[in-house]
Amino acid sequence: MLEIKNLRASVEDKEILKGINLSVKAGEVHAIMGPNGSGKSTLASVLAGRDKFTVTGGSVTFEGKNLLDMTVERRACEGLFIGFQYPVEIPGVSMASFMKLAVNEKRKYNGLEPLSAGEFLKLMRTKSEIVEIDSKLTSRSVNEGFSGGEKKRNEIFQMAMLEPKLAILDETDSGLDIDALRVVATGVTKLKRPDNATIVITHYQRLLDYIVPDYVHVLYKGRIIHSGTKELALELEERGYDWLIKDYDDEQDR
Amino acid sequence: MDDILNNRDSEYKYGFTTEIEMEEFPKGLSEDVVRLISARKEEPEWLLDFRLKAFRMWQGMKMPDWAHLNVPAIDFQDITYYAAPKKRDKKSLDEVDPELLKTFDKLGIPLEEQKVLSGVAVDAVIDSVSVKTTFREELSKLGIVFCSFSEAVKEYPDLVRKYMAKVVPPSDNYFAALNSAVFSDGSFCYVPEGVRCPMELSTYFRINAAGTGQFERTLIVADKGAYVSYLEGCTAPMRDENQLHAAIVEIIAEDDAEVKYSTVQNWYPGDKDGKGGVFNFVTKRGLCRGHRSKISWTQVETGSAITWKYPSCILQGDESYGEFYSVAMTGGRQQADTGTKMIHIGRGSRSRIVSKGISAGFSQNSYRGMVKVMPKAEGVRNYSQCDSLLIGSDCGAHTFPVIEAGNGSAVIEHEATTSKIGEDQLFYCNQRGISTEDAVGLIVNGYAREVLSKLPMEFAVEAQKLLAINLEGSVG
Repeated sequence: MLEIKNLRASVEDKEILKGINLSVKAGEVHAIMGPNGSGKSTLASVLAGRDKFTVTGGSVTFEGKNLLDMTVERRACEGLFIGFQYPVEIPGVSMASFMKLAVNEKRKYNGLEPLSAGEFLKLMRTKSEIVEIDSKLTSRSVNEGFSGGEKKRNEIFQMAMLEPKLAILDETDSGLDIDALRVVATGVTKLKRPDNATIVITHYQRLLDYIVPDYVHVLYKGRIIHSGTKELALELEERGYDWLIKDYDDEQDR
Repeated sequence: MDDILNNRDSEYKYGFTTEIEMEEFPKGLSEDVVRLISARKEEPEWLLDFRLKAFRMWQGMKMPDWAHLNVPAIDFQDITYYAAPKKRDKKSLDEVDPELLKTFDKLGIPLEEQKVLSGVAVDAVIDSVSVKTTFREELSKLGIVFCSFSEAVKEYPDLVRKYMAKVVPPSDNYFAALNSAVFSDGSFCYVPEGVRCPMELSTYFRINAAGTGQFERTLIVADKGAYVSYLEGCTAPMRDENQLHAAIVEIIAEDDAEVKYSTVQNWYPGDKDGKGGVFNFVTKRGLCRGHRSKISWTQVETGSAITWKYPSCILQGDESYGEFYSVAMTGGRQQADTGTKMIHIGRGSRSRIVSKGISAGFSQNSYRGMVKVMPKAEGVRNYSQCDSLLIGSDCGAHTFPVIEAGNGSAVIEHEATTSKIGEDQLFYCNQRGISTEDAVGLIVNGYAREVLSKLPMEFAVEAQKLLAINLEGSVG
C-alpha cells in the first residue's frame, strides 16, 4: 500500500529526514517510535504534503501512485488520513458541515454522488457510536473549546467518517488520560480492516498496550535505525532508546 | 492566498445589462434638473420646496473626507440624475416590460406573485423608479402600506410629510443633501398600531442604465406595538466607469415597536485593478422614538468599489434597544468604511454592536463606530465587538471606535480582535480532502456566522453563497 524509499526532506535548508525506508501493506499496523526531535512528526507532515517541508530525495508510492506529485487534498481523497497531534480550531464552523464537505469531496473524487442530508446524519450517528464520541460534540464548532481528549477523539471520529486506506496517527496518545486513551485505541482497533492500514506514531509504549502493532520501528536522527515486531516495543519500554541510539551513534562514528 | 478576491470581475454574476427603452434626462445637475425631476413625478409644491432647499444646501457643502477612503474626484455634472424604463404603468404585470421581468428573474427575484418566495413582498426598483410592488393588496387588508416612495407621496401625502426627513434631515451630510435634492424613488412602508407584518418586506435595487446615479429613499415607520422585518438587496451591471449610489434610509419605531432591517449589498465592486464599480455613499439611520422600541440593522456588505455607510440608531425612548450586526467583506481594490452610531438618549436604553470585517487582496476595510451616552441617559448598556479577519498580506483592516459616556451609570463594553486565516487551518481542511478555496469559504462563513444567523432564512443562505462566490477562483 505504502512504499517509502530513501525519503529525504528538509525545512529551511535543515535536513530532517535523511533517507527513510518503509513498506506498509494492507491489514498491517505499524508503530513508529523514537525520542523527541527524531523526525516522527515530520514524516507524517511530509506524507500529508505540508508545503513547509521540501522533499529533497527519494520516492513515496501509495497504492501504486506517486504520492509526492499530489496536492494535499488529493492525497486525502486517495485515502490518506492524518490524526493530528494538535488539531486546529475552526470557530463558527460546525463539525457537521465540516465533515459533510469532507465526506462529499471524497465521494466526488471517487465518482460517487454526494450524500443527502439524511444519509449524512445517519452516517454521523453510526460512526460516533463506534468511537464513543458524544453526539453533542458533533454539533459544536470544529475543535472549538474542546478539551485535549475531546480533540483526539474527534480525530478518530473523523477517521471513522472518512474511512481512509491509510491512517497516520501522530502522537494521538499525548496528553490523554487512561480512559481517553482506551477510547481512542478501541476506536482505532474497531476501524481496522484487512484492506486498510495504520501507522501509529508515538512516544510511549502504553498506547501499544491497546493497539497491538505488527511492526515497530525506531526513528532516530531522520532514519529508521531499528525495526522489529511488537516485542520490540516492550523491550523499548524496559530499556529505553539509549542502547539503540548508542549502537547507532557508535556506528556512525566509526 | 494573496490572490484571494483579486479576480472578481469574472465572478460577478449580476454584471449583465438589459436593453430596455429608457427615458433619461441629460447629464448634469442644476436647479432646473431638480425641478424637472419633481415635475416628472407630478409632485406637490412642498416636496419641490424641500428638494430645492436641499439642493441649495448641498451647493454650499463639501464632500466629507474624514473616512479612511481614497475617493477619486466625482464629477457631479457627468451623472444622469433620472433614468426610467419607458413602460411604467404598474397596474398589472402584463403592462410591465417583459424585458424588465426577465431582468429580475435573472437576478433571482421573480415578480409574478405566484412565483415569489412565499412570505416575501418585493418592491423592485430599477434605476430611478419602482417597477413593481408585489402583495400590495394583501398587505393593505391589514392596514400596512407598502409601495414605492413616489406612490406614497401621491396616495399618503400626510404620512410621508409627517415622517420624511425627520431622522435624516437634508443638512445631515453632503450625500444626504444630494439625495434629498434629486431622490427619484424608493420604498415606503407604514405598519399601523399593533400590527405584526406577516411577511418579509423587501426592496430590490438595480442600477441598469450607464452613467446613472441611483438616489433612492426608503422610509419605514412602525407605529405603536407594530413589527416589521425588511430586506434590501442590490446589484449593478459591470461597467468601466464608476456609478454613484447615494441613498437614504430612515426608520422610525414608536412605543413597543420593532423594526428589523437586513441588507445584502452586492453592487458591482469594480475589476481587479479597481476600474469601475459602484460608489456607495449611504445614510441609514433609525429613530427609536418610542419607549421599549427596537431597531435592528443587519448588513452583509460584499459589493461596491467604495462603501461609506453607518447604519445608526438614535435611542430616544426609555428602554429602547438598538442592534447592529455587520459583515463587510472587501477584496481586490475595494474600500469600505462602515460601522454604526448608537446615540443613547433614553433611560435604560441598550445597544449591541457586532462587526465582522473580512479583508483580502489589496482592499482596505475600516470599522468606524460611536457609542454616545447623553448626560440624562441613566442605566445605559452597550456591548461592542469588532473583529477583523485578514486574508493575504496586502490588505488592511482598521478600527476607529469612539466612546463618549456623558453619564457615569453607563456600562460600556468593547472587544476587538484581529486574526488571519491560518496556514494551519487551511492545511487541516486540505488534509480532510477540502480544497483551499472551499476551506477559505468555510472559515469565512464560520467567522461571520453570528451575523449571518441574524438574517431571515432565505437571505442567510443567499449571503452565505455570496461570501463563497466572492472567494471563488481567487485562491492561487
